[in-house]
Amino acid sequence: MEDNILVIHPRDNVAVALRTLAAGEEATGKEVAGFPALEEIPASHKIALRDIGAGEEIIKYGETIAVSTREIKKGGWVHTHNLESRRWKK
Amino acid sequence: MNEITGYERKTGSIGIRNHVLVLPTVSCVNGVINRISREVPEAVCVPHAHGCGRGGLRDVQILFRILSGLVHNPNVAAVVLVGLGCEVSNTKNLYPLIKEAGKPVEVFNVQEDGGSLLTAKKGAAAARRLLAEVHTQRRVSLSWDKLLVSMECGGSDAMSGVTANVALGALSDWLVGKGATVIFGENTEMIGTAHVLARRAKNEQVARQVEQMIERAEKLSKDIMGNLASRVISPGNMDGGMSTIAEKSMGCIFKGGSSTINQVVDYGEMPTERGLILQDGPGYDGDSMAGLAASGSQLMFFSTGRGTPAGFPTLPVIKVASNSRIYEAMKDDMDINAGSLVEGKPLDKVRAEMIDLMIRVINGEKTKAEANGMDVFTFMTVHPPF
Repeated sequence: MEDNILVIHPRDNVAVALRTLAAGEEATGKEVAGFPALEEIPASHKIALRDIGAGEEIIKYGETIAVSTREIKKGGWVHTHNLESRRWKK
Repeated sequence: MNEITGYERKTGSIGIRNHVLVLPTVSCVNGVINRISREVPEAVCVPHAHGCGRGGLRDVQILFRILSGLVHNPNVAAVVLVGLGCEVSNTKNLYPLIKEAGKPVEVFNVQEDGGSLLTAKKGAAAARRLLAEVHTQRRVSLSWDKLLVSMECGGSDAMSGVTANVALGALSDWLVGKGATVIFGENTEMIGTAHVLARRAKNEQVARQVEQMIERAEKLSKDIMGNLASRVISPGNMDGGMSTIAEKSMGCIFKGGSSTINQVVDYGEMPTERGLILQDGPGYDGDSMAGLAASGSQLMFFSTGRGTPAGFPTLPVIKVASNSRIYEAMKDDMDINAGSLVEGKPLDKVRAEMIDLMIRVINGEKTKAEANGMDVFTFMTVHPPF
C-alpha cells in the first residue's frame, strides 16, 4: 500500500497526511505500522502517532511546535482545536 | 561530469555568470537604464526605486551596501554605473566602494553627460564595449569552497515545509559537507525557532546574535501589526494544516539543513565564515533576494508552493515546487518538483536530481527564471521617503 502519511523526524509524535484521510482509513508511512485514522484528517494536516496527554508537547520536525489542550488519541486529528501555541496565543 | 567551472575575478572570487551590470545610482535615471536595456539586451540592467529621499543612517547604509554589493557579486564581470548628479548615492560617493571589486567600471552622470538621451547612448556604447571585453574570458575550474549558495522560500504552502524545504535542507547539508557556504535569511520566518537555531550556533556569541535577531523580528512584527501580529501565521496557513508560528517557522528554517551556524550577518553583508550562515534580512522575497545577492551569493535555490516566477538579475535562481500540482500548472517557471517526495520518490533521489541540475546551472545552463527573464530587483528600507 502506498504511504499516505509522512513522519518528518524520529522524535515526532505527529505525522503529516499526504492526502485527506477518511475516518477509519488506515494510515501508513515509512517505519510506521498501519493504524486507523479516528476522524477525517485533511491533506497536509497532522495525525497523532500515539496517545498524547493533555498538556503534552506536540513534536514535529523533532521540535516542540505547540502544547496539547486535551487528550488526543492515536489516529486523532491534531490542530488548533486541541493544541495551543506557547508563544502567541490565538 | 562533476567538475564545476566559473569566471575568476581579480579578488580571487569566482562567478558562475559573466554579466555586464548596468546599474543606476538613483531611480531618477531609470529611463536611461531602460533605453540601454532596449539597445543592449545582453547587458543586465537593474532599474530600482532607491538612491535618494531617505536620510536615516540605517537606510543610507543599506543603500550603499546593496548597490556596491551587487557590483562585488562574483557573477558580475564589469559595470556601467549611471548616476544623476545630485542624489545621496551619487557616483562620487559610491565609486570608492565599488572600486575595491577590481572590475572594469565605466561611470556616467546624466547632469554632466549631456542629458538622458546622450547618456543612454554613451552607456549603451560602454555596455557593448565591456561585453566584448568580458566575452574573451574563459571558464576555469571552480572549487566548492568558493561557492556561496542561498536558500530562499516564497509563495509557500503547507507542503513547502514538508517537501521542498526538506529537500533544500538535504542539499544544504550536502553543500556544507563539500566545503561550500550556504546562507539563508527571512528573519520573520524564524520567529518561534530561536531556541532551535541558537542551539546549533558554533559558540555563545553567535547563539546570542541568533536570539537577538529573532527577538527584533518578533518585536518589529508586533510593532507594525499590533494585535494582528499573530496573523504572521495566516488563516490560509491554518487551513493548510499549520497550527502555530513555531510550526510554520520550523518548516521555513528546514531549508538551511542541520549544520552548525557559523555566523550571523547583517542584511546584504558579506560573510567572512564558511559553512552555514544566517542573514538578518526580511521575509519579503524581493528584498530578501537582494540582500542575499549583495552578500556575494552566486546561486539561489527558491522553494515555492503557491508558485512565484521571481528570479534575480545577476543570479541563477532554481525554483523548487513543493507539490506536483503547481509544478505542472507553472511548468515554465519550475525547475525541480519536490512534490515527488510525497509520491514515493526517496529524498536522496530528489537531492541527486537537484545536485545534477545545480552542477549544470553552475556550468552555464540557464534556469527557468533566467531563460524567462523574470528579474526582480528591490531592496529593504526602514523609513518612508521624505
